[in-house]
Amino acid sequence: MKMTGARILIESLLKEGVDTIFGFPGGVVLPIYDVLYDSPLKHVLVRHEQGAVHMADGYARASGRPGVVVVTSGPGATNTVTGIATAYMDSIPVVVFTGQVPTALIGNDAFQEADIVGITRPCTKHNYLVKDIKELTKTIKEAFHVATTGRPGPVLVDLPKDVLIAMAEFKYPAAAELPGYQPKYKGHGGQVKKAMARILKARKPVIYAGGGVILSDAAPELKTLAEKLHIPVTTTLMGMGGFPGTHSLYMGMLGMHGTYAANMAVTNTDCLIAIGARFDDRVTGKIDEFAPYATIIHIDIDPTSISKNVEVDVPIVGDVKGILREMGKILPKQKELKEHEKELQPWLKEVKKWERTHKLSYKPGKKGVLKPQYVVEKLYELTKGNAIITTEVGQNQMWAAQFFKFKKPRTFLSSGGLGTMGYGLPAAIGAQVAFPKKTVIDIAGDGSIQMNIQEMATAVQYKLPVKVAILNNRYLGMVRQWQEFFYDKRYSHTCMGKLPDFVKLAEAYGGVGLRASKPEEVEAVIKKALKVTDRPVLMDFVVAPEEGVYPMVPTGEPLNKMLLV
Amino acid sequence: MRHTISVLVSNEFGVLSKISGLFSGRGFNIESLCVAETLDPEVSRMTIVTRGDDKVIEQITKQLNKLVSVLKVHDLTAEEHIGRELALIKVSVAAENRAEVLSIVDIFRAKVVDVSPRSYTIETTGDEQKLRAIVELLRPFGIKEVARTGRIALSRSHRAKQGK
Repeated sequence: MKMTGARILIESLLKEGVDTIFGFPGGVVLPIYDVLYDSPLKHVLVRHEQGAVHMADGYARASGRPGVVVVTSGPGATNTVTGIATAYMDSIPVVVFTGQVPTALIGNDAFQEADIVGITRPCTKHNYLVKDIKELTKTIKEAFHVATTGRPGPVLVDLPKDVLIAMAEFKYPAAAELPGYQPKYKGHGGQVKKAMARILKARKPVIYAGGGVILSDAAPELKTLAEKLHIPVTTTLMGMGGFPGTHSLYMGMLGMHGTYAANMAVTNTDCLIAIGARFDDRVTGKIDEFAPYATIIHIDIDPTSISKNVEVDVPIVGDVKGILREMGKILPKQKELKEHEKELQPWLKEVKKWERTHKLSYKPGKKGVLKPQYVVEKLYELTKGNAIITTEVGQNQMWAAQFFKFKKPRTFLSSGGLGTMGYGLPAAIGAQVAFPKKTVIDIAGDGSIQMNIQEMATAVQYKLPVKVAILNNRYLGMVRQWQEFFYDKRYSHTCMGKLPDFVKLAEAYGGVGLRASKPEEVEAVIKKALKVTDRPVLMDFVVAPEEGVYPMVPTGEPLNKMLLV
Repeated sequence: MRHTISVLVSNEFGVLSKISGLFSGRGFNIESLCVAETLDPEVSRMTIVTRGDDKVIEQITKQLNKLVSVLKVHDLTAEEHIGRELALIKVSVAAENRAEVLSIVDIFRAKVVDVSPRSYTIETTGDEQKLRAIVELLRPFGIKEVARTGRIALSRSHRAKQGK
């Protein structure tokens, strides 16, 4: 049967198993919206296209399925760029369909025309302009394939209006044929053996796990390996939840705001096992003094990640889950493992000592003063950790990472690589769409939340009970903290001055607004918020304005030069 | 060190910008880039001349390989290969030095491809040194314009490197 391009798009999405799209209509995508009108696909109408991409991203991170976006040409398309770049930096599978002016007008500065394929080239894994309806199904198949396989990432498909209204036979390809794109999943057997030998020889091993563990659903394999070999584990921000935050082998996050134990362990380790992590500069600190005594083993699906920042001794290219399984198969016998455990005791004791002597902590506020860390602790306590946490970017993000314990993968959603303010609320909405029954909380700052606060309206419209906990310190807190350390407390333009009344704002949108300014009010506010099931809740926690995030490794310093509380 | 990298890519919309954008976006250097269809109209060959230490070249080849449109990356530097450039040189000639210019053209096995009353346009191919040498020899006569391609190259190995 012949169909329009727009119908072919929707039918293709259904074939891909898509249930929800996040979008915003406009002139050239009207053919798609007309088909959507009576399609079984759920469409979430956003308030800003950046929000749509973050929602699709949050949906993907929480569920493991690709997030899908449809927006119009020109401004609709350019508004997606920040969301796409965010997904790109964190390797999140998102497929963005942008409308484009008719092919005959492309390049003519037509109304609402933008060269979105050109604009998004550096921040997509791959992108397409479909110039002929004959290419449409093949392109969609490829787009989903590329977005979800290998190292995942965002893919953009630009759809000119004439392609959307042209007619063609609908035949969806069974597989994508991309000779130039053959991700390597299986790790080299010899390298796996070599890595295992080095690990068993080590006396001070450390596992440094990143977002790749979560993307590859390798958390169970990681846990098994760490437990069998008694290796202490640290995760990156992106890796949180990839190893249980409550586990005795877990040292917390490493890097700039990492724990003392994790950073000291990495500095002193003789064998660093990097798993699905990419040695980001926020993690390594001064690169020359990062893990200076270690043999470095690096497991990653992306060969470009290997030896990019840090010279690696044993690289293994392939899928983390499969490789960890292979490693599990060549473990020594029970008796030898017992022996091995004995040999590691001094190291494990040393790590425990670091953990004990420099716990993550903060000074409790004077009477009546609310500390932001306390709010995060209370959120953890009252949800018993059973929540999906998203964050904005800045101090709120770091406190969330430090004081909430993530037991399961896909429960901590945060813009790691790009550090996108305004990510948290739309990502929370996306996660809530994927899991309507789960508790989803955006831990936010008063600065970040205002970057996409308009999505409160989306949450209200779809009755999504997303919770936002604003750690309101009236500052762009992380920047202010840097000004405090490195610019002599010259707080140039980091004081927010005029803030909206967040309680009234929430109410204006049709949500629930709550406020706590004293420690004793926090619990009641959170409990009340958790009870709301049919609309978003904004909790305004008025916290100590000049609180800092500790520990902190100043930029350019090695990890063991930490400023502690 | 200078490297000549041969890249086979899908001959599709925007592929050149994907490749050149990779270089500019990651701060890699391009000395020259030539691209044209291969025997297979769906495949193009790009010959990229670039410069960098081993680490940089390793990243360049890995990053190129990572692009979905890239079919094959082949660093020719380490093996025997033939590299050529083409130049068109428009040189002023007066009646008294026509013979001298022609003899230079002859020595370099170049060709006069266009003649006007006051100039010759000379076509020449070869490696970079040869082209530099002929330009230097012609310079005293007054070169009006030069157009040069970048380097194109093929491995001397008998086997084709996928695509033709």
